[in-house]
Amino acid sequence: MSECVIPTLTSNEVVASKSVLPAGWEPNLKDLKSLDLTLPMLELLRRSTSRLPQDVIDALVKGRDAEEEGSRAFNTLNDMVRNIILADGHVTPLCQDTGTIIVWVRHPFGLSQRAAKQQIRAAVAEATKRSWLRPNCVEALSGKNTGNNMDPFHEGHPAVHFEEWDKPEVEIAVMQKGGGCENVGAQYRLPDAAIGAGRDIKGVRKCIIDAVVKAQGQGCSPGILGVAIGGDRVSSYEKSKEVILRKLGTPNPDPKMDAFEKEITNDLNTLGIGPMGYGGNTTVLGVLVEEMYRHPASFYVSISYMCWSSRRGSITLKTNGEVSFD
Amino acid sequence: MIRLTTPITEDQIRQLKVGDEVLLNGRVVLSRDMGHKYMKEQKPEWLRPILENMVIYHCGPVVKKNEDGTWSFVAAGPTTSIREEPYQADVIETYKVRGVIGKGGMGKKTSEGLQKTGAVYLHATGGAGSLLAERCKRVVDVKMLEEFGSPEAFWIIEVEDFPLVVTMDSHGGSLHEIVAQQSQERAKVLTA
Repeated sequence: MSECVIPTLTSNEVVASKSVLPAGWEPNLKDLKSLDLTLPMLELLRRSTSRLPQDVIDALVKGRDAEEEGSRAFNTLNDMVRNIILADGHVTPLCQDTGTIIVWVRHPFGLSQRAAKQQIRAAVAEATKRSWLRPNCVEALSGKNTGNNMDPFHEGHPAVHFEEWDKPEVEIAVMQKGGGCENVGAQYRLPDAAIGAGRDIKGVRKCIIDAVVKAQGQGCSPGILGVAIGGDRVSSYEKSKEVILRKLGTPNPDPKMDAFEKEITNDLNTLGIGPMGYGGNTTVLGVLVEEMYRHPASFYVSISYMCWSSRRGSITLKTNGEVSFD
Repeated sequence: MIRLTTPITEDQIRQLKVGDEVLLNGRVVLSRDMGHKYMKEQKPEWLRPILENMVIYHCGPVVKKNEDGTWSFVAAGPTTSIREEPYQADVIETYKVRGVIGKGGMGKKTSEGLQKTGAVYLHATGGAGSLLAERCKRVVDVKMLEEFGSPEAFWIIEVEDFPLVVTMDSHGGSLHEIVAQQSQERAKVLTA
């Protein structure tokens, strides 16, 4: 059981051949009013639920190869790689917790957000019907499951964020954020006497270490941390999720933050929590940090913990009719 | 590697120790948040024959209804167990459950319950939904599907060579406690 499993995924051609988009489908961005995002969104979900991004796979493999061969940490990471191959091959969910569906739509002037939201909701309902997503939307107190992932108030689920931008194309990014890892996220208000964290980068570092130690293996380590420094309680948490969309291994545009990310990642991997909290050298796959602005009186550090199965992806619809996935 | 088949005796359980790797076979009952609250508060009698000497799996699967009306599991990895900490020891004692499968480990109260009744906590790899669904061979029955919804229902399934690690045994041992302590010590050094 201890041989290194090579993560060979199906080719892009095979993935494209299984697409729900009709062959030769092209968006017409000159007519934004009649643009229908339902099928592109459904195809994005089909991919995100079953196919882990390459940068995450690379980080898992790197972690496995840093563990002692045959150790529980090594075998667990190997099983994760096996799972990645199976889910991709079968086009089935990587994890039974297909998460909260969080969507970011960036679009030019002229797109109806109300129509786009309806189309995104239709795609999520259809993906649920096809068993690509688990029905994960329940009434808070009664626990009654709506069965189709639809929040009847059109607010909580799926969570859709819109931004109008200067570019002519439409981009939809999605994240499937599991409940287990969401539960170990944390927000700190500095100064925090309980952990001795002041209002500086050292204090931020203490918050991150504290959150990871508290999480242990419960967020399905090795995790990916999204960290927002500043903002208000809401914008800070929102940003801590959005930063997880950044690919692992791509440098932070701020050189100081980039150095901090690398250093804290190495430090966290000396904690010994390891994959699933079994012990080992791979506790996190990466830390992604963004500094924001804040009210002078408030200093929040918000940490979103993403499980190793960091399901995310994006689709871009271009003016020349091209459709690309990332 | 230890092969176990449900139903399991107390004697078999008492022999297991933290770190043992287990391949589980036979019938397993899925239950999570709503099920545990219901079992502790209402102690339904109908569950006794289903749970005695059996194993509970903390899992909310992705399921598929086949054309012939039967069900299949599409993805079925463990959910975080610590949410059942207020209920688990009572559930184990009331129903004489011999094992609990989940992820992330459980706390002191559950550990005491495991020791008292003679049960173990079995850890499965979180996120390995596809891999573990392949080991869920057959859905035998489902209870409370209408009331709880599919992620929370009591799915009764048959598993084959389901890969697990004993991380909490019936003698008070817990791998989670050891790793937590060591990481807390290391964190003190890092933040000194």
